[in-house]
Amino acid sequence: MNYKIGESVATRQAYGDALVEYGNDPRIVVMDADLSKSTKTDGFKVTYPDRFINTGIAEGNMMATAAGLSTCGKIVFASSFAMFAAGRAFEQIRNSIGYPHLNVKIGATHAGISVGEDGASHQCLEDIGIMRTIPGMVILNPADAVESNLAVKAAIDYDGPVYLRFGRLAVPTIFDENYKFEIGKGIQLKDGSDVTLIGTGLLVPACTEAAEILAGEGINARVINMATIKPIDKDIIIKAAKETGAIVTAEEHNVIGGLGSAVAEVLVENAPVPMKRVGTQDVFGRSGKPYPLLEMYGLDAKTIAAKAKEAIAMK
Amino acid sequence: MDSNEIKDLQIHAAHVRKMALEAVHAAGAGHPGGSLSVADILTYLYFKEMNVDPKDAKNPDRDRFVLSKGHCSPALYGILAERGFIPKEDIKGFRSIDSYLQGHPDMKKVNGVDMSTGSLGQGISCANGMALAGKLDGKSYRVYTALGDGEIEEGEVWEAAMFAAHYKLDNLTAFLDYNGLQIDGEITKVMNSTPIDKKFEAFNWHVIRIDAHDFNQIEAAVNEAKQTKGKPTLIMAKSVKGKGVSFMEGQAAWHGTAPNDEQYAQAISELDAYIDSLGGDK
Ligand SMILES: Cc1ncc(C[n+]2csc(CCOP(=O)(O)OP(=O)(O)O)c2C)c(N)n1
Ligand SMILES: [Mg+2]
Repeated sequence: MNYKIGESVATRQAYGDALVEYGNDPRIVVMDADLSKSTKTDGFKVTYPDRFINTGIAEGNMMATAAGLSTCGKIVFASSFAMFAAGRAFEQIRNSIGYPHLNVKIGATHAGISVGEDGASHQCLEDIGIMRTIPGMVILNPADAVESNLAVKAAIDYDGPVYLRFGRLAVPTIFDENYKFEIGKGIQLKDGSDVTLIGTGLLVPACTEAAEILAGEGINARVINMATIKPIDKDIIIKAAKETGAIVTAEEHNVIGGLGSAVAEVLVENAPVPMKRVGTQDVFGRSGKPYPLLEMYGLDAKTIAAKAKEAIAMK
Repeated sequence: MDSNEIKDLQIHAAHVRKMALEAVHAAGAGHPGGSLSVADILTYLYFKEMNVDPKDAKNPDRDRFVLSKGHCSPALYGILAERGFIPKEDIKGFRSIDSYLQGHPDMKKVNGVDMSTGSLGQGISCANGMALAGKLDGKSYRVYTALGDGEIEEGEVWEAAMFAAHYKLDNLTAFLDYNGLQIDGEITKVMNSTPIDKKFEAFNWHVIRIDAHDFNQIEAAVNEAKQTKGKPTLIMAKSVKGKGVSFMEGQAAWHGTAPNDEQYAQAISELDAYIDSLGGDK
C-alpha cells in the first residue's frame, strides 16, 4: 500500500489494489460479473488469472457459487456494483452466504450517488439497509484508500460474510500508513464537547470540514469515522451522546436503514439525545457530476454543519 | 451390479422412503412426493458411489452432494440416517422446535449436509462452486446435485448451467428428478420447460436419459458421467413423484402434504411388504 495523504484515489481502486497486494494467498478467489474494469478486480485478474472467475452478467449465480467455493476453504471476493450485489443478489446472499455464515466477502463498488452520470438505476442508496438486516453480516464502508486496503485485509482475516462498500469517485486520502483499522471499532478523528458528527465513507472528510465551519462559530464538534456499520461500535456512540449531548450522522445512503438508523437504534435504547441524519432523504438520485450531485442532495459539509446546529438547538 | 446388490439398494431405498414419510408424518408437514421420487438416486449415491464417511463428514477430499431441491430434506435426512450420519431416532423430530432437523437442509446443524438449501435454483450454483474449488486445488473429488424439474424454471439454474459448461466442470454431475410435477400441477402446464435435454445440450452439457428408479441405469449413467471429460453431465432421470406409495404416485397433491395416521399406516405397510418381498429386514 502506498497512498499519500491528500492524494485522490477511489476506494474501488484501493479495493482492486488490495486484492493484488494480498492475493498471493492461494485461498483467495476473486469473482466478478463482467465489471472487472470498473470494480478494479482486473488487476487481480492479470496477476492471478487462475484464481479470477468471471461469471458473466449473473450476480445471483455468482453469490451462490462463491458460497460453494467457500465451503471448500476458499476466501472468495465476489464483486459487482452495490446495486447488483446487494440488490439483485440479495436472496442468494441471504440464503446461501448469510444463513450458513460462509466465508464470502462481497466487494460492492459504485455505492452511493457519487456514481454520477449513470444515474439512479446505478446509484445504490439502499445497500447498507438491505445488508444490515442479514444476521451475522459484517458491513464495512471505508472512507479512503488506506482504510479500504486495511478493510480488505481485515475481511481476509475474519472468518464469515463481509459486505465491503466502495465508491467510484476518487476521494482524498485522509489516513497514513500508521492508521489502525479494526472491524467493529469507530475512530474518533477530533474531540469536541458540543455535538458529535459521525460520518462514514466519503462523508468523513465532509464531517471534518463541517467541524471547522462550526469551530468558526464557536461550536466544538467531535468527529467520528464509523467505517464498520455492522457490528456498530455502541460504546463510542453512547460515550459521544453522554459527553456531547447531540449527534449528527452523515452517509451517502438513504437516511432509512443506513448509518443514521444504526446510530439511532443505539441511542434510543441507551442514551437518547437529539439527533439529525444527513443522507438522501428517501428519494432516488439522478444523473450529474458527482460533487454537484452530493451538494444537491445535501451530502456535504455545509448541510452537516447546519444539521449540527439544529441538533444542538434541540438539547 | 448383481441382483443381490440391487436388492440391497432397493431395501435401503425403501428404508429411506419409510424415514422420509416418518419425518413428514411426525411433523405434520413437509414434502413427501419429491422425497420419494429422489430416494433411489440418493441411495445409489450414498451407498454405492460417493466417497463419504459419517465419522469424518467434513473431510476436504470427500465427494459432495447438494440437494438443490432442498424441500426434499426428508429424503436427505432419510439417507443420512440410513448411512449412519445421524441417528435414526432423530428423524421423528423433523421440523420441530427442539430438533436440529430443519424444514430445509442446514449444513451448520446436520452432520453430512454439504450445503444449506431450500431456496430453489441456488444449490446448483453452490455445487458449481465446490466443483470449481476441486479444479483449482487439483483434487479428484466429485460433486453431485439433484434438481427438481419445476426448479429449473428459475433463471439462476441456467446461469449456473452456462457457468458449469464454461468452466468445464466435468467433476459435476447433476440429476434432474424428472417427475413431471411441481406444486401447481404438471410442469408442462405451469411453465413448459421442455425439451429440457435439448436445452442442457445447447448449454454444452452432456445429457443422459434414464429411469430414476432403475439402479443399473443410475450406475451406468454415473459411470458415463465420470468418463465424460470437458463438460458437466446432466442425468435426466424420469421418475414418479410419490414413488413406492400407491396412492401418492403421480399426484401433485402429495407435493407438500403430510399423510394422516391412516394414510401413513398404509404407506408404511406397502413399503414393509415391499421390503418383505425382497427378503429384507423392516
Ligand atoms: C425460490 C423458491 N421459490 C419457491 C419455492 C417454493 N417451492 C417449494 S417446492 C416448489 C416446487 C418444486 O417443484 P420441483 O422442482 O418439480 O420439485 P419436486 O417435484 O422434485 O418436489 C416450490 C415452488 C422455493 N422453495 N424456492
Ligand atoms: Mg417435480
